[in-house]
Amino acid sequence: MSEIVGTVLLVAGLVFNFLGCVGLIRLPDVYNRLQAATKCVTLGTCLLLIGVAVLAGGGAAPVIVKALLCMVFILITSPTAAHALARGAHASGVKLWEQSVADKYLEDREPGVTNEEA
Amino acid sequence: MTEMWYNAAFAVLVLCCAMCLYRIGRGPSAPDRAVAIDILGIVVVCFTGLLALKTGKDYYLNVGIAWAILSFIGSIALAKHLEGKGFDE
Repeated sequence: MSEIVGTVLLVAGLVFNFLGCVGLIRLPDVYNRLQAATKCVTLGTCLLLIGVAVLAGGGAAPVIVKALLCMVFILITSPTAAHALARGAHASGVKLWEQSVADKYLEDREPGVTNEEA
Repeated sequence: MTEMWYNAAFAVLVLCCAMCLYRIGRGPSAPDRAVAIDILGIVVVCFTGLLALKTGKDYYLNVGIAWAILSFIGSIALAKHLEGKGFDE
Protein backbone atom coordinates (compact mmCIF):
# COMPACT_ATOMS: atom_id res chain seq x y z
CA MET A 1 0.00 0.00 0.00
CA SER A 2 2.64 2.52 1.06
CA GLU A 3 4.68 1.54 -1.98
CA ILE A 4 1.83 2.53 -4.33
CA VAL A 5 1.25 5.85 -2.53
CA GLY A 6 4.98 6.64 -2.54
CA THR A 7 5.36 5.82 -6.22
CA VAL A 8 2.36 7.95 -7.16
CA LEU A 9 3.77 10.90 -5.16
CA LEU A 10 7.20 10.42 -6.77
CA VAL A 11 5.81 10.35 -10.31
CA ALA A 12 3.54 13.35 -9.62
CA GLY A 13 6.57 15.27 -8.34
CA LEU A 14 8.58 14.43 -11.45
CA VAL A 15 5.70 15.49 -13.72
CA PHE A 16 5.31 18.82 -11.91
CA ASN A 17 9.07 19.43 -12.08
CA PHE A 18 9.11 18.69 -15.80
CA LEU A 19 6.14 20.96 -16.55
CA GLY A 20 7.66 23.76 -14.47
CA CYS A 21 10.88 23.56 -16.46
CA VAL A 22 8.93 23.51 -19.75
CA GLY A 23 7.26 26.72 -18.54
CA LEU A 24 10.70 28.17 -17.88
CA ILE A 25 11.48 27.73 -21.59
CA ARG A 26 8.15 28.42 -23.27
CA LEU A 27 6.68 31.46 -21.51
CA PRO A 28 7.29 34.95 -22.87
CA ASP A 29 8.74 37.15 -20.10
CA VAL A 30 10.52 37.02 -16.74
CA TYR A 31 7.41 37.32 -14.59
CA ASN A 32 5.44 34.60 -16.39
CA ARG A 33 8.45 32.30 -16.27
CA LEU A 34 9.01 33.06 -12.58
CA GLN A 35 5.46 32.27 -11.56
CA ALA A 36 5.21 29.10 -13.65
CA ALA A 37 8.58 27.67 -12.75
CA THR A 38 8.69 28.56 -9.06
CA LYS A 39 5.27 27.25 -8.11
CA CYS A 40 5.42 24.08 -10.20
CA VAL A 41 8.95 23.18 -9.16
CA THR A 42 8.29 23.90 -5.47
CA LEU A 43 5.20 21.66 -5.46
CA GLY A 44 6.98 18.99 -7.49
CA THR A 45 9.97 18.90 -5.17
CA CYS A 46 7.76 18.75 -2.08
CA LEU A 47 5.74 15.86 -3.55
CA LEU A 48 8.94 14.05 -4.53
CA LEU A 49 10.45 14.42 -1.06
CA ILE A 50 7.23 13.20 0.59
CA GLY A 51 7.34 10.25 -1.81
CA VAL A 52 10.94 9.56 -0.78
CA ALA A 53 9.90 9.67 2.89
CA VAL A 54 6.99 7.27 2.25
CA LEU A 55 9.03 4.84 0.14
CA ALA A 56 11.98 4.80 2.57
CA GLY A 57 9.64 3.07 5.01
CA GLY A 58 9.99 1.92 8.60
CA GLY A 59 13.65 0.97 8.90
CA ALA A 60 15.07 4.27 7.64
CA ALA A 61 14.13 6.95 10.18
CA PRO A 62 17.01 9.37 9.26
CA VAL A 63 15.92 9.45 5.61
CA ILE A 64 12.33 10.26 6.60
CA VAL A 65 13.28 13.01 9.06
CA LYS A 66 15.77 14.63 6.68
CA ALA A 67 13.44 14.42 3.68
CA LEU A 68 10.65 16.13 5.63
CA LEU A 69 13.08 18.75 7.01
CA CYS A 70 14.30 19.45 3.47
CA MET A 71 10.70 19.71 2.25
CA VAL A 72 9.68 22.21 4.95
CA PHE A 73 12.79 24.25 4.25
CA ILE A 74 12.10 24.45 0.51
CA LEU A 75 8.44 25.26 1.20
CA ILE A 76 9.57 28.29 3.26
CA THR A 77 12.51 29.58 1.23
CA SER A 78 11.41 29.11 -2.37
CA PRO A 79 8.47 31.60 -2.38
CA THR A 80 10.65 34.09 -0.48
CA ALA A 81 13.38 33.88 -3.08
CA ALA A 82 10.84 34.14 -5.91
CA HIS A 83 9.28 37.24 -4.38
CA ALA A 84 12.67 38.89 -3.97
CA LEU A 85 13.62 38.01 -7.55
CA ALA A 86 10.38 39.47 -8.92
CA ARG A 87 10.98 42.69 -7.00
CA GLY A 88 14.56 42.80 -8.23
CA ALA A 89 13.52 42.20 -11.83
CA HIS A 90 10.90 44.95 -11.66
CA ALA A 91 13.31 47.40 -10.03
CA SER A 92 16.02 46.67 -12.58
CA GLY A 93 13.60 47.75 -15.30
CA VAL A 94 12.72 44.56 -17.14
CA LYS A 95 9.77 45.25 -19.43
CA LEU A 96 6.57 43.23 -19.25
CA TRP A 97 5.43 41.16 -22.21
CA GLU A 98 3.76 43.49 -24.73
CA GLN A 99 0.38 41.73 -24.36
CA SER A 100 0.28 42.12 -20.56
CA VAL A 101 -2.81 44.09 -19.54
CA ALA A 102 -1.88 45.63 -16.18
CA ASP A 103 1.13 46.47 -14.00
CA LYS A 104 -0.30 46.97 -10.53
CA TYR A 105 3.13 47.14 -8.92
CA LEU A 106 4.17 50.06 -11.13
CA GLU A 107 0.90 51.88 -10.33
CA ASP A 108 1.57 51.20 -6.65
CA ARG A 109 5.11 52.55 -6.72
CA GLU A 110 4.45 55.55 -8.98
CA PRO A 111 0.80 56.67 -8.75
CA GLY A 112 -0.59 58.11 -11.96
CA VAL A 113 1.60 56.07 -14.29
CA THR A 114 -0.40 53.32 -15.96
CA ASN A 115 0.82 50.51 -18.10
CA GLU A 116 -0.41 52.12 -21.32
CA GLU A 117 1.91 55.11 -20.92
CA ALA A 118 4.89 53.21 -19.58
CA MET B 1 13.35 -3.47 -13.28
CA THR B 2 13.63 -1.06 -10.37
CA GLU B 3 16.99 0.08 -11.68
CA MET B 4 15.38 1.04 -14.98
CA TRP B 5 12.70 3.15 -13.25
CA TYR B 6 15.33 4.97 -11.20
CA ASN B 7 17.24 5.68 -14.41
CA ALA B 8 14.06 7.03 -16.04
CA ALA B 9 13.47 9.36 -13.07
CA PHE B 10 17.06 10.59 -13.22
CA ALA B 11 16.65 11.15 -16.96
CA VAL B 12 13.62 13.38 -16.34
CA LEU B 13 15.58 15.41 -13.81
CA VAL B 14 18.56 15.72 -16.16
CA LEU B 15 16.15 17.01 -18.81
CA CYS B 16 14.85 19.61 -16.30
CA CYS B 17 18.43 20.69 -15.56
CA ALA B 18 19.14 20.94 -19.29
CA MET B 19 16.13 23.24 -19.75
CA CYS B 20 17.31 25.43 -16.85
CA LEU B 21 20.79 25.58 -18.36
CA TYR B 22 19.29 26.54 -21.73
CA ARG B 23 17.54 29.47 -20.04
CA ILE B 24 20.72 30.44 -18.18
CA GLY B 25 22.66 30.51 -21.42
CA ARG B 26 19.99 32.10 -23.58
CA GLY B 27 18.10 34.38 -21.16
CA PRO B 28 17.90 37.87 -22.64
CA SER B 29 18.31 39.72 -19.33
CA ALA B 30 20.04 39.17 -16.00
CA PRO B 31 16.81 38.42 -14.04
CA ASP B 32 16.04 35.56 -16.46
CA ARG B 33 19.32 33.97 -15.55
CA ALA B 34 18.78 34.56 -11.83
CA VAL B 35 15.37 32.84 -12.00
CA ALA B 36 16.82 29.87 -13.88
CA ILE B 37 19.64 29.53 -11.33
CA ASP B 38 17.08 29.53 -8.51
CA ILE B 39 15.07 26.76 -10.21
CA LEU B 40 18.21 24.75 -10.94
CA GLY B 41 19.08 24.82 -7.23
CA ILE B 42 15.68 23.33 -6.35
CA VAL B 43 15.90 20.63 -9.02
CA VAL B 44 19.26 19.49 -7.63
CA VAL B 45 17.57 18.85 -4.25
CA CYS B 46 15.31 16.37 -6.09
CA PHE B 47 18.44 14.57 -7.29
CA THR B 48 19.70 14.20 -3.73
CA GLY B 49 16.30 12.89 -2.56
CA LEU B 50 16.21 10.24 -5.27
CA LEU B 51 19.84 9.26 -4.59
CA ALA B 52 19.06 8.85 -0.88
CA LEU B 53 16.11 6.61 -1.78
CA LYS B 54 18.09 4.54 -4.28
CA THR B 55 21.15 3.91 -2.11
CA GLY B 56 19.45 3.97 1.30
CA LYS B 57 22.14 6.36 2.59
CA ASP B 58 20.74 9.37 4.42
CA TYR B 59 23.77 11.63 4.00
CA TYR B 60 22.70 12.54 0.47
CA LEU B 61 19.84 14.48 2.07
CA ASN B 62 22.38 16.42 4.17
CA VAL B 63 23.78 17.59 0.83
CA GLY B 64 20.25 18.48 -0.25
CA ILE B 65 19.57 20.61 2.84
CA ALA B 66 22.88 22.44 2.50
CA TRP B 67 22.25 22.96 -1.22
CA ALA B 68 18.78 24.42 -0.53
CA ILE B 69 20.21 26.85 2.04
CA LEU B 70 23.04 28.01 -0.22
CA SER B 71 20.72 28.34 -3.23
CA PHE B 72 18.33 30.47 -1.16
CA ILE B 73 21.12 32.77 0.03
CA GLY B 74 22.45 33.07 -3.51
CA SER B 75 19.02 33.95 -4.91
CA ILE B 76 18.45 36.62 -2.26
CA ALA B 77 21.88 38.11 -2.95
CA LEU B 78 21.23 38.19 -6.70
CA ALA B 79 17.81 39.78 -6.15
CA LYS B 80 19.29 42.48 -3.92
CA HIS B 81 21.98 43.11 -6.51
CA LEU B 82 19.36 43.40 -9.28
CA GLU B 83 17.39 45.83 -7.12
CA GLY B 84 20.49 48.01 -6.94
CA LYS B 85 20.83 47.94 -3.17
CA GLY B 86 23.51 46.80 -0.77
CA PHE B 87 23.12 43.54 1.14
CA ASP B 88 22.25 45.16 4.48
CA GLU B 89 19.30 47.31 3.40
